[in-house]
Amino acid sequence: MSEPMATRDAYGKALAELGAQNPNIVVLDADLSKSTKTALFGERFPERFFNMGIAEQNMIGVAAGLAAAGKIPFASTFAVFAPGRVFDQIRNSIAYADLNVKIAASHAGLTVGADGASHQAVEDIALVRAIPHMTVIVPADGEQARQAVFAAAQHHGPVYLRLGRPKVPVVYDQEHRFQIGRADQLRTGDDVAIIACGLMVSLALQAADQLAAEGIAASVINMATIKPLDIGAVVRAAKTCGAVVTAEEHNIIGGLGSAVAEALGEFYPVPLRRVGIQDQFGQSGEPDELLAHYGMTAEHIAMAAREAVARKV
Amino acid sequence: MSAEELTLTARAQRIRRHIIRMTAAAGSGHPGGSLSCVEILVNLYFRIMRIDPARPDWPDRDRFVLSKGHAAPALYATLAERGFFPTTQLTTLRKWGSMLQGHPDAKRTPGVEASTGSLGQGLSMAVGMALAGRVDKKDFRVFALLGDGESEEGQIWEAAMAGAHYRLSNLVAYLDFNRLQVDGRIEDVMSPTPLADRWRAFGWAVHEIDGHDLTALAQVTERALAEAQGPQLILAHTKKGKGVSFMEDAIDWHGVAPNAEQARQALRELGGEDE
Repeated sequence: MSEPMATRDAYGKALAELGAQNPNIVVLDADLSKSTKTALFGERFPERFFNMGIAEQNMIGVAAGLAAAGKIPFASTFAVFAPGRVFDQIRNSIAYADLNVKIAASHAGLTVGADGASHQAVEDIALVRAIPHMTVIVPADGEQARQAVFAAAQHHGPVYLRLGRPKVPVVYDQEHRFQIGRADQLRTGDDVAIIACGLMVSLALQAADQLAAEGIAASVINMATIKPLDIGAVVRAAKTCGAVVTAEEHNIIGGLGSAVAEALGEFYPVPLRRVGIQDQFGQSGEPDELLAHYGMTAEHIAMAAREAVARKV
Repeated sequence: MSAEELTLTARAQRIRRHIIRMTAAAGSGHPGGSLSCVEILVNLYFRIMRIDPARPDWPDRDRFVLSKGHAAPALYATLAERGFFPTTQLTTLRKWGSMLQGHPDAKRTPGVEASTGSLGQGLSMAVGMALAGRVDKKDFRVFALLGDGESEEGQIWEAAMAGAHYRLSNLVAYLDFNRLQVDGRIEDVMSPTPLADRWRAFGWAVHEIDGHDLTALAQVTERALAEAQGPQLILAHTKKGKGVSFMEDAIDWHGVAPNAEQARQALRELGGEDE
């Protein structure tokens, strides 16, 4: 239970569990089922698993057709390919008709590692977030990923579930209750609020420890649902702390940082610093090397927090 | 010609007149590729498909996906004639608040199974529906209508590969082979031919017919459904703008609506006003 686990592994296990409970669950993959971990479902429910080959556009359209006929499809590949390669299919075949398709994309962000920039999706959240009807979830750890799979299946309509390749530290135990659209306050402080998603949540907690040692009390909020954004939680954090830092494994354009900036700009402007990929492509390397190079460690979050605090009026 | 065919021929002409009145009233739309596929739709909706207009969401119904979504006027007119909604709705096409959007919207229009319009996507959806029928052990059939220009989209061939791979014997696709696309003749813009050979090479059984011949459409469809070991492609040779002399085989009528005088002439050629 308290072992570090990749969110894609949690997804694969949860999907097989869900498949046993709900005969309407069907799963599609595009020749990456060993990596996205849908193979587990495929072994248990071969009649409900469809490998569509290296043909992502068709996979998304087939998922739409399955949903139109009453099934609940989970379609998986790497995030660079869905939504990367299939934006129009997600928009027109799925979201426009509000079809009940779950796109669960793994290998999102820089921490794909050695495969390099061609396989490191840094803009997938921006793409799906701009599509009407779409719900966007970025779980922080294995337990939250597991619960997000069940929540996505319960929710009627298109969902994008963003999953990662590497093992990530445990944030939650089984007492956690994930709810779509609700932020989770992990730590309370009134000097600065760190709003994070995905693997950056555990780094935000480390940053808060560092800041506490310096006498800066940081709130840490896990914003696992990027859309619909928990605007109330953002505004409350801004009112309490007067300064906000966002942390995400995504381009600072279009992702969590943008979503939070939009909410703050409209409802309660306070100083904001956005930790994330600064509008660049990645490269080959170990996940830790990449996060360090692109300014996305706990130290970088702490540094951004100090800057945000210093800019408070 | 049997009495039934006479009725269906008359029905096709009524649908053509609707298409002219609808696009003229809208001031925009796609008459050419709507007129070319009328008999394909009449054959399906009035002879082949197991549907109930009073229950458009009946789970066991046959499905139809208009992958060439710009032929929406033909689909809407067919659905109205079949009783899915009143024919009085038809002239609201493309207007504010209408259930009849410029391209098919499954959420708004009773009987429309798939939201299409971005070309190349409908056959994938039809494959998904056919797979759902297999998973649920239901015997409904899935029909799709593709354009020839649309066959330039790569996704069509991904879907073709999948239909054959999964041996979808409950899937029949019609290809409206009218030989014209927006910018010119298909051979000049980007030739998708030889279509029959390509579909055969992708593992589909191919039947080539005159797409305006209601007798041939019925026979080939029934044979395709009876003998199917896998997906079936009915390559329907058609004429764009069929039935209106100045629209037939004319590139300019792909996406331009007739004005009032042109509409009057078209309606005269199509047998006059209905009411």
